[in-house]
Amino acid sequence: MAFVELRDVHKHFGRNHVLRGVDLDVELHQVICLIGASGCGKSTLLRCINALEEIDGGVITVDGDRVSGPGIDVDAVRAHVGIVFQSFNLFPHLTALENVALAPRKVRRMSTREATSTARELLARVGLVDKADQYPDHLSGGQQQRVAIIRALAMSPRLLLLDEITSALDPELVAEVLDLVRELATDGMTMVLATHEMNFAREVASKICFMHQGTIHEEGPPEVIFSNPEKERTAGFLARIIAAGRL
Amino acid sequence: MPDSAPAPADGTVRRFGRVRNFRLPAIVATVVFPFTGVVALVHSLRSSRRTAAGDIEGGRLAGARARDWCWYSLGYGLFVYFIGFVVLLFTIRDAALIKVYFDDVMFDGSAWRSLLKGFWINIQVFLWAEVIVLPWALLVAVVRQLPGRACAPIRWVAIAYCDSFRALPAILAIFIINYGFQEARLPLLENLSSKQYAILALVLVYGAYVSEVYRAGIESIHPSQVAAARSLGLSYGQTMRHVVIPPAVRRMTPALMNDFIGLQKDTALLSTIGVLELLSRARFLNNSQATFTGYTMAAMLFFALTIPLTRMVDYLQRRAARVDQAPGDEDDLAIAMPLQPVG
Repeated sequence: MAFVELRDVHKHFGRNHVLRGVDLDVELHQVICLIGASGCGKSTLLRCINALEEIDGGVITVDGDRVSGPGIDVDAVRAHVGIVFQSFNLFPHLTALENVALAPRKVRRMSTREATSTARELLARVGLVDKADQYPDHLSGGQQQRVAIIRALAMSPRLLLLDEITSALDPELVAEVLDLVRELATDGMTMVLATHEMNFAREVASKICFMHQGTIHEEGPPEVIFSNPEKERTAGFLARIIAAGRL
Repeated sequence: MPDSAPAPADGTVRRFGRVRNFRLPAIVATVVFPFTGVVALVHSLRSSRRTAAGDIEGGRLAGARARDWCWYSLGYGLFVYFIGFVVLLFTIRDAALIKVYFDDVMFDGSAWRSLLKGFWINIQVFLWAEVIVLPWALLVAVVRQLPGRACAPIRWVAIAYCDSFRALPAILAIFIINYGFQEARLPLLENLSSKQYAILALVLVYGAYVSEVYRAGIESIHPSQVAAARSLGLSYGQTMRHVVIPPAVRRMTPALMNDFIGLQKDTALLSTIGVLELLSRARFLNNSQATFTGYTMAAMLFFALTIPLTRMVDYLQRRAARVDQAPGDEDDLAIAMPLQPVG
């Protein structure tokens, strides 16, 4: 049994059938990259795994435990599955350090001192310890996103979901965020990321999943998907990416 | 491209070179408010003269100055006429208004002492009411926001409370609660003073208003903030307590202060149920010494309390507009990003 399993996952927003039967296996320490055009359901899929959205059909399991359906303790699920958003979503009234320490204190019931020192260690790891007492609006986009990533890491998640985390960044700030993700991949963090950074996906992914109209249309190792896709739609999508100079 | 187009003899130049000398506004300004209007007119004339001599740049400059001085004439003119009107109002009929509003009682220490004693009651009432309103309104606002079908009944109760007490004039609420509760002699509530009943009434009326302020503040927090907090495993309550309410409170402080200013002024309504507060005592002065000045003095006390507060609200509003750029969705970011210092 895979570490994360999605079986026939469906999700509607009103009449809009966003996920139309998604099947996905994620093994421990794998990095899965979801690619596909905007609106194909990448973000929704990630939000479903984190239980931010309730699914309408199918089953999601993490480490053998169901994380979907009635009676699930969503807070317990989320404490083990971290997510990082496109627009950072740092808490503007808290400093970088407080942003990172909030959930360990309130959810893990760590003492303030312990949570603070852990948060400081994490900030030091990403080179932001001197920004610990700054508020988010005094940080650059890349710094904010790195704080958002370690805010998720502070809960020691077993699975990390990254939802187009570089899409809102200025081009020159993308590298510092991707470096951090690359480091996490090297350390063996299990991750599912939706991304438009094809070169990065090719480099770090164990498996690429091309999503189209709410399903995983084609999946495979990056060297196959990027150089020799089987399906016509995958090839078309990649051709457009290449035409845009992004691959 | 010709390096200098010759100016037509009549002083008008077409298209970009056209010089506007603002003659008509300058003449109006000179007639209506000559102190600055005449300066506008001088510049206007100079503009035409230079233009006629072929100095288009100089003509444009003088024209711009003429326009500036026309605006000065408008602003300063209106100000002077307004002050003049007020002075006139107070001096006609042998300064009758001044005699009514500012007679000798103004210098009577015992009158001031009496009024201040009354004002102290107003202050007590609004301080108590404000201290109680803050948590009460927060409770109402949070109940109104509770999610899910299960909480629908208590949501309805909160909505019904807000709607009815916002519809009720404060003076009527004070009458109903004061006289009604005195008459009904309910357990626990029977031996309260009129002052305490009035505090209760003001809390109920202003609680309804303030809960709307809280609600607007809570709704102004972007849903992505809630998503971020919940995704970390924080419960609904923890999310409200640590992520939603603190920035919401900061954002709504100006609106909250506005409601409190209204509350402070409404403490004068206690005079209608026989509490010896400021207005009652001013009326007492009016009756006993046949002077209207007590009301002026009461007004001055309210000024002294409320005007600094309204200035502070303005200041807070400006500051909130300046610093309040929480990163929300991408649209917000597009605006907020260039303002952020990078480094």
